[in-house]
Amino acid sequence: MTKLTMPKIDRKLISKKTDVVANLKKIIRTENILDHEDQTRPFETDALSAYKQKPLVVVFPENTKEVSKILAYCNQERIKVVPRGAGTGLSGGALPLADSILLCLSKFNKIINIDYKNRCVVAQPGVTNLSITQAVEDRGFYYAPDPSSQIACSIGGNVAENSGGVHSLKYGTTTNNLLGVQVVFIDGTIIRFGGKTYDSEGYDLLGLITGSEGLLCVITEVTVKILTKPQAVKAALIGFSTIEDGGRCVSDIIASGIIPAGMEMMDKALIHATDNFVKAGYPRDAESMLIVELDGTENEVDELIERVSKIAKKNKSSSIKISKNEKQRLKFWAGRKAAFPACGDMAPDYYCMDGTIPRGKLAEVLKEIGRLSKKYNLPVANAFHAGDGNLHPLIMYDANEKNSLEKTEKFGADILKCCVKVGGVLTGEHGVGVEKRELMCEMFSNNDIQQQIKIKKALDASSLLNPGKVYPILRKCAEEGRVHVHRGNTKFPDIPRF
Amino acid sequence: MSIEETQNFPTFQDSDSIEYPKNEKEVSNFIRKFYKSNIPIELVGSGSKKKIGKPLQCSKTLNLSKLNGIVEYLPEELYIKIKASTSIKQIEEELKKNKQQLAFEPIDFGYLLNGKSDYGTAAGQVACNISGPRRFKVGSVRDHVLGFRGVNGKGEIIKSGGVVVKNVTGYDLSKLICGSYGTLVALTEITFKVLPAPEESKTLIIHNQKIESATHLLEKAISSSNDISGAIFLPKEPEVPGCVMNIEKTFKLNDLKHEGSITAIRIEGSKNSINQRIKNLINELKIINFNISILETHQSEIFWNKVKSLEFFSFSKNSILRIVIPPSECVKLIYQLSNKYKYYLDWGGALMWMEAFELSEEMFESIRKKVVKLGGYVTMIKNSDYLPHVEEVFTINRDRFNVSQNIKKSFDPKRILNPGKMYTGI
Repeated sequence: MTKLTMPKIDRKLISKKTDVVANLKKIIRTENILDHEDQTRPFETDALSAYKQKPLVVVFPENTKEVSKILAYCNQERIKVVPRGAGTGLSGGALPLADSILLCLSKFNKIINIDYKNRCVVAQPGVTNLSITQAVEDRGFYYAPDPSSQIACSIGGNVAENSGGVHSLKYGTTTNNLLGVQVVFIDGTIIRFGGKTYDSEGYDLLGLITGSEGLLCVITEVTVKILTKPQAVKAALIGFSTIEDGGRCVSDIIASGIIPAGMEMMDKALIHATDNFVKAGYPRDAESMLIVELDGTENEVDELIERVSKIAKKNKSSSIKISKNEKQRLKFWAGRKAAFPACGDMAPDYYCMDGTIPRGKLAEVLKEIGRLSKKYNLPVANAFHAGDGNLHPLIMYDANEKNSLEKTEKFGADILKCCVKVGGVLTGEHGVGVEKRELMCEMFSNNDIQQQIKIKKALDASSLLNPGKVYPILRKCAEEGRVHVHRGNTKFPDIPRF
Repeated sequence: MSIEETQNFPTFQDSDSIEYPKNEKEVSNFIRKFYKSNIPIELVGSGSKKKIGKPLQCSKTLNLSKLNGIVEYLPEELYIKIKASTSIKQIEEELKKNKQQLAFEPIDFGYLLNGKSDYGTAAGQVACNISGPRRFKVGSVRDHVLGFRGVNGKGEIIKSGGVVVKNVTGYDLSKLICGSYGTLVALTEITFKVLPAPEESKTLIIHNQKIESATHLLEKAISSSNDISGAIFLPKEPEVPGCVMNIEKTFKLNDLKHEGSITAIRIEGSKNSINQRIKNLINELKIINFNISILETHQSEIFWNKVKSLEFFSFSKNSILRIVIPPSECVKLIYQLSNKYKYYLDWGGALMWMEAFELSEEMFESIRKKVVKLGGYVTMIKNSDYLPHVEEVFTINRDRFNVSQNIKKSFDPKRILNPGKMYTGI
């Protein structure tokens, strides 16, 4: 485990643990408090398992009032609070602090209201992303953002991280699909932003809170909009003999006026790894491969598939396969979704990065990643949400080799710096968390960061909510850890990633 | 000069009171200076939406109109970066060359506020965050701002976001500045997400429906998989004194009959797809025997341009309100308001534009109460000569006000940027 600088520990508070627990027992039921080391250990990390820290206490409030009372108590006693949804975050956003109360929202697990007339679902934050779609799919509706961890990640966590998915280009991320929230601020104030209307008046506090990584408030209720399922969905699997051809094809598809529902790209290393893993029927001789998914009415999809095929051929595609049925379409995706475990098969350890770049810079960035790979002598496989420019390089290494983790981290930081240099950003969907906070100054000036910190202080003056996350502590661009997986042992190995 | 014009006229300012910064650095220098000397300032672009919100009493005006021009437009990357006061017209013309558009449909407030078309500037659209008929499908202005640069109330140049759609690096301040009416930052540069313009558009019109059946049809159409992009109900104007009967005059289209109310559904896309979807809609809505007509592309585009520019309110001397409510509640609200208003429903019933005759402050507050109770909000977009001033133009509650005030302080600690434009004390 690499060392991570976190806010100064309040030793005095830790010595008063018994009092804290006794006071919490006055607010919530005893069985909803975990304070023994053996009980808190399972909560010592989220899906960025390179970092571990047991919290002082873990609490499981059952309703908004309890959350409000806990926060008001913590505010009064100056106790740090780390909110946690399902713990599937990849940037350490729910990493506890030794002197913090870990506030778990897993008991907020009910769908409160399905409102077809207003095309929305009101849910408690602990409800999983996928179960929202499952609750409405019999009526032909679905919830659009689909992070790959959707079977386990919670909708509250999705709001906190502004989660994306593979359909973001056409359907947006969480922020574009959220209508309202109920939140609790650190002083215990319960407030609603938005509701069942489109937009809300005044400052867009809903927009501010989305993606704020648990630093501004605790989410206790979420209202999301649901969409009608398209009539037809088809996917094309296209192979290219060079990365550049694949990259140009992506740009040409967009430039021709087509917005695919999803457009994914993989390099040769990942094509082989995933095809070995799930036998998806990928073009193994190709240097790069695209999955282009199109949706709409029947004849619209056929028309678009034909146009995409033409563009692919113009860009010297080496193979094109069109899904003939739903089973085959899902098979196309199966390999892509197995990218993580497939990499686990190829190397003892890997790190997953998460930068976004302008689509047209793909070839340039991949070339640079290739150069860095040689420089650091570490192999890398690349998955790319080509539609929205979100790049996930997977750096493979062996943690048992001396300094290899450190080397990997430097490699990762260089990739993200390259993303920013070509006009992209540090993180597309995993969040900053503790993972990328020291890289923030690569993207933002001191003024930019100070403005954000001022907002944090305006809503949480004593910086008690999730401190040590998102903003640099070291105040220098140090390299820190990424998503670290040893021998395929992710925190939740059965959950698909990115 | 009407009362409202007098109210908005900068009577407190001398001739040297308007500054015209030429670039971001100068904007920063001016605001830094005003911050030091505690001088409140009014931010102005082209002035097209100046009348929305409360009139300001500032001794200085920062006219940002010189910050205009396209910085970078990459059609295949689906973004355009522009200086903040670039006119919407110029942006749309540029996008049109590549068959692209601002999908949120910027609203033309010119007819309503000044009697002739005036889309204003990019910053104006962002500051107001009011979007056109396609909103329920593609999102509003705030969903199309990828990033911005601007100057806060201390004169500091800040930025947020970028040029890509998937970005979770830091707080999403691009959302926060949308709809902030220039009270948080003076915008200097904006990056918009752009999308391909649809090849064609057609409009299915169902005539002479009552509000109950019209909203039912619109709801069914939006909930269908036919991917519609416009859903309005335009009832016949009420025959009350003060109401200018100009719907028929505004919508003079050869294929549009004027037989009672108009329920209109827009379908956009490729020709084949549109035809198939119209066929589906007619079947699914079971309207084959209804009085319907179809507007082909050219007329359809004119129709929706007139809708989004609120042209049928252009001669109004009355108060114009914008009400946003959950779509399921709009019929209830109409019942509660009785028939004393001219209105039209957009977004399938989730948005109501209303012209209120002889509206008093008490009546406005009573409407607000009803709307809030139904889960919505109301904005006074245009004051009338009859009611030139209202206490609260926008809707807010105490808790949200407190949070908003803290946010305001974090950007503009001395309250020098458009003070009081939105709320007293912000």
